Amino acid sequence: MANSYTDIPELKFHLHNDAMRHIAELKEQGYADAGKYDYAPVDFDDAMDSYEQVLEIVGDINANIIAPNAESVDAEGAHCENGRVRYAQKTYENLDAINKAGLNGMTMPRRYGGLSLPVVVYTIASEIVSAGDASFENVWSLQNCIETLYCYGTEEQRQKYIPRICEGETMSMDLTEPDAGSDLQAVTLRATYDEANDCWRLNGVKRFITNGDSDLHLVLARSEEGTHDGRGLSMFIYDKRNGGVDVRRIENKLGIHGSPTCELTFKNARAELCGDRKLGLIRYVMSLMNGARLGIAAQAVGIQQAAYEEAVAYANSRRQYGKEVINFPAVYDMVATIKARLDAGRSLLYQCARYVDIYKSLEDIQRSRPLTSEERQDMKRYQRLADAFTPLAKGMNSEYCNQSTYDCIQIHGGSGYMQEYRCQRLYRDARITSIYEGTTQLQVVAALRYITNGTYFTVINELSDAIAAQLDTCEGFDATAFCSRIADMKALLEQCVEFVKSKNDQDLLDYCGRSLYEMTSYIIMCQLLLVDAMRCPELFQKSLTVFFNIAESEAARHSVWIKGSEASLATR
Amino acid sequence: MKIIVLAKQVPDTHNVGPEAMTPEGTVNRSALPTVFNPEDLNALEQAIRLKEQHPGSTITMLTMGLPKAVEVLKEGVFRGADDGVLLTDRALGGADTLATSYSLAQAIRKIGEYDIIMCGRQAIDGDTAQVGPQVAEKLGLPQITYTEEILSCDGQTIVCRRHIDGGVETVEAPLPALITVNGSAAPCRTRNVKRVMANKHREFTTWGVADIDADASQIGKTGSPTNVKAVKSIIFKAKETRTLTASDADISALIKELKENNTI
Repeated sequence: MANSYTDIPELKFHLHNDAMRHIAELKEQGYADAGKYDYAPVDFDDAMDSYEQVLEIVGDINANIIAPNAESVDAEGAHCENGRVRYAQKTYENLDAINKAGLNGMTMPRRYGGLSLPVVVYTIASEIVSAGDASFENVWSLQNCIETLYCYGTEEQRQKYIPRICEGETMSMDLTEPDAGSDLQAVTLRATYDEANDCWRLNGVKRFITNGDSDLHLVLARSEEGTHDGRGLSMFIYDKRNGGVDVRRIENKLGIHGSPTCELTFKNARAELCGDRKLGLIRYVMSLMNGARLGIAAQAVGIQQAAYEEAVAYANSRRQYGKEVINFPAVYDMVATIKARLDAGRSLLYQCARYVDIYKSLEDIQRSRPLTSEERQDMKRYQRLADAFTPLAKGMNSEYCNQSTYDCIQIHGGSGYMQEYRCQRLYRDARITSIYEGTTQLQVVAALRYITNGTYFTVINELSDAIAAQLDTCEGFDATAFCSRIADMKALLEQCVEFVKSKNDQDLLDYCGRSLYEMTSYIIMCQLLLVDAMRCPELFQKSLTVFFNIAESEAARHSVWIKGSEASLATR
Repeated sequence: MKIIVLAKQVPDTHNVGPEAMTPEGTVNRSALPTVFNPEDLNALEQAIRLKEQHPGSTITMLTMGLPKAVEVLKEGVFRGADDGVLLTDRALGGADTLATSYSLAQAIRKIGEYDIIMCGRQAIDGDTAQVGPQVAEKLGLPQITYTEEILSCDGQTIVCRRHIDGGVETVEAPLPALITVNGSAAPCRTRNVKRVMANKHREFTTWGVADIDADASQIGKTGSPTNVKAVKSIIFKAKETRTLTASDADISALIKELKENNTI
């Protein structure tokens, strides 16, 4: 029987990374839960076996329920009726299967009914589900907003809400408004304290809210009257059981039809404050967004995987001029490029997920005991790495996702343009990934400071050292040659960064941001893919060869562009 | 309520290769991958739904087969059963449906209390649909076969919708009763992650002939009046279409040809 986990050996490869022992041990803290919960692992091997088995269940449900349902979900879409959302019929079928399998509260501690899985495992599951139906991934994975409530809510709120999410209730994060999209500082939804009932009341409108008719909402609202910036915003919990929020309409979108994008009206809706007042945007939303961005990166990789499968299958079966079209170099180029981007982007995604796992686990340990100074340093280091890698993983994978689904249609020729083929849905679903949870342009902004302050160069140097240390053990191909190509790309990036910095012009820096960002991303992805290929040449050597070729040509293109950037900016 | 689900580990007939048969014409079980008999999974789903509707109910799986058949017990627990018993003994080998149903009935007597026994309509390796009804006969229970859905169950009676040729019928039986479930019933839910993590190292009760107080003359090959002469692996191949005249001769020739190539 088809299984979207076991059928893709690259996923198992990324699960079985050397860092997993450290991650599982941080997460399980001496495997202390083993005596308290019958489903807790007793040691590392047991934990890895459990992760495998969980992912096999996700793979089974995706291959046999979610993916086969996707076409029907796309055709029917979600609807708005009497102020409520009605999902497509097959979305309910997907939810039923997910809930019966108990795939909820994936990363939550067991004491609240969660599965206590690492972010890496949750991210693989997200990727798998996205490959089947990217719209369903939104409905399912928004459960991860609970992470923010867990981090910043009170113990009473955790006990009240987390078990409900672990039982399968859904979530949404209500941030954007008609006049507050990328610029969330402009949020106006009003939160006022209701003395008589000892609660907060929310009034106003939210727009573009994914899965906006969920059971539990995290809402960004203006609690400080008279303020106009981010410092007047707080985070609130709205429980649908209390009523007061209606869905005015849902958007008619290009893709992800199964995921309802809602306009919400809050009419005196009862709400609870989550965390401290005034920290809604500056602390909690930033944390929420980083998790969500990793989720979109996983979604983008999942769609790329689906596009790759469609492309390979079609290119190997379609015959023209007496042979399968994959035999034409021009078609092979597209297929190989899709796979190379997929392997490189996926490696970036899971490296980022590992960083998140390490710092989040340390953060969690800190809730029960003070960290040692070494642990504290580690937490800071991995948080910085996660913050630096998240915009790369989100931005690059969502752009790749668009490019690869475009190429997938191109490989299909005229057929790919027809509604009967899956590739056209993938193309439509892909388009949003580079827009929501922060556009690619905002990912560039988030990454730019780490380019100019040297953080990425430190990362690149550390990765280069790690690769150099493993060179002796590499068999099967000459990794040294790849190392020197990385060094050349890095030297080119250094020249470009110096050139832009020397102009001392913020506008020029922003103008060149995308190029610097991509050059940086390419170098890091080359390094990560090289590490993967050294560990497992049979899976990654071909992609390594193709991807280095792409990376070097892109780096050269960007460096040329940067040299002419001043003149082209002057045309505005 | 106490529910017993009978399940069988069967060769995966969707993946039959050329090595599926021995030169002697019997099924080469060691060369075939095994699966949970599909209609037994339909039965398990109905059992799990009953359990959900009647909190406190328990589901015990019972299987007879090689030691490897413990896999179906584990699979059942991963999906929602509480426990399982494996009936395995060399003396039980070669059993036909009569000997199998006798052995299962003895094991069920040993389990003791039960309200409902459920099983798939038939197994994909034999396609007889006899074991369920025979177990009911041996235990003196009412039976509802070809069940598509359990409509209600109050602990005293059970009402089922049966799938019959050309329609459905609704049947009520007093408990305890045996229900066989059709492949057209709801598919079984997938594994549950917490159940998998909690039960992956689970061990199950194993009984042999001595444990079920069985009469040696009624079990295994000795207790099986059926003899399989040969089993053939037949692969149908569509060829050309043909137009016949409406003559007796053409029709007789066609029937003869279809018999010869095992189509009918």
